[in-house]
Amino acid sequence: MDGIHDLGGTQFMGPVEQPERNGPTFHHPWEGRIFAIGALSQTRLSGANLDSFRFAIDRTPPVEYLGLPYYNKWLRMAETLLTESGVIAPGAIDARVRKRRGEKVEEPPVPELNKPDYKPTAGGSLRQIDKKPKFSVGQRVRTIDSHTSRHTRLPRYVRRRVGTVTMVQPAHVLPDTHSVFLGENIQHVYKVEFDSTELWGQEAEKFAMNLDLYEDYLEAA
Amino acid sequence: MAVQTPAYGTMIPQPTEFSPQERTEALEEILTERGLVTSQVLDGLIKTYEQDVGPMNGAKVVAKAWVDPEFHARLLADGTAACAELGYKGTQGEHIIALENSATVHNVVVCTLCSCYPWPLLGLPPSWYKNPAYRARVVREPRTVLAEFGLELGPDVEIRVHDSTSEVRYLVVPERPAGTEKLSEEQLAGLVTRDAMVGIEKVAAGRRR
Repeated sequence: MDGIHDLGGTQFMGPVEQPERNGPTFHHPWEGRIFAIGALSQTRLSGANLDSFRFAIDRTPPVEYLGLPYYNKWLRMAETLLTESGVIAPGAIDARVRKRRGEKVEEPPVPELNKPDYKPTAGGSLRQIDKKPKFSVGQRVRTIDSHTSRHTRLPRYVRRRVGTVTMVQPAHVLPDTHSVFLGENIQHVYKVEFDSTELWGQEAEKFAMNLDLYEDYLEAA
Repeated sequence: MAVQTPAYGTMIPQPTEFSPQERTEALEEILTERGLVTSQVLDGLIKTYEQDVGPMNGAKVVAKAWVDPEFHARLLADGTAACAELGYKGTQGEHIIALENSATVHNVVVCTLCSCYPWPLLGLPPSWYKNPAYRARVVREPRTVLAEFGLELGPDVEIRVHDSTSEVRYLVVPERPAGTEKLSEEQLAGLVTRDAMVGIEKVAAGRRR
């Protein structure tokens, strides 16, 4: 999806944030709570997977996505996955907030569970496949012209660009289909190096840009 | 009235007037009273990432690579296996590649699409790494971004930026600073910073963490 999360190359973003040294992992207790609830929501509670987790974060409302606090994105992710899997009803969280504030409010009833009909073939995202890699180290490849409305790991800034395969990585499940339970689509992943001028024009700073790209994202150049 | 559940991949969260803190407390209450989570399980997860998993893990890997040439070779050849030797593996560290910085090559890591990060080695990502400005800019003007962090690289240094777009996770092995020849492996680990292992600073001979 062409969402707000796909930030690579966006200009006029202002200065970087200076690192905090020896800062705490969580700056407020609720951040730790939603991290833990989010981690459990992703799989155990909702029946989803790591790629659906990312797709849910991608769908954070844009203004909230760019703003702070960061862990609001985890809250929105948990809300989305738990609602889509029928663990909680739409609006259930805000209704509970009102009730806790002492307002008279009718909470929505607990919906029917709607967990995805999905079982991973193994743990994690890496898999073995017998199929030979389509591309080899040193080969020139072009990224596809993607316009998907689903989750994808092919960022906008690198679409329709030519680079060189520098490494064949372990095979992965394909996030595009896996995130919406349309199959693991196990495939090879390639480390591809792009010249900065291929991405940003002749005036760009000179550097090598590397991305790990799924076989479906590439064609021979 | 039956509750309508949105189909997978279609829900767009609605605006809310309530703070994330209040909403988190409400969600925890809902899940706890239905027996779906317990306070103890949440506490355990929080404690793990507050106390047990963090940049001290990656620092041990780097220090070992600095003092042990065989481990160094194994780390660069198969980062996953070498880190597993020290017990660092699992969630967000399924496949680890070590990238070595030198006087002429500087690697820096980002995740432009979210905030993928090698959890078993470095813990949860810091705020600056998740910040939109870093994610947007380091893939377009890395030299400028690094200078903004205080790292000025000479024109002869080749910069390699790595966008974590798959489940491969990257550990930058910074250069061992001069003047540390007499330090023990443990003392060296104390010098290695989180930010040097992502690639936005160098390791200094004096402790500054």
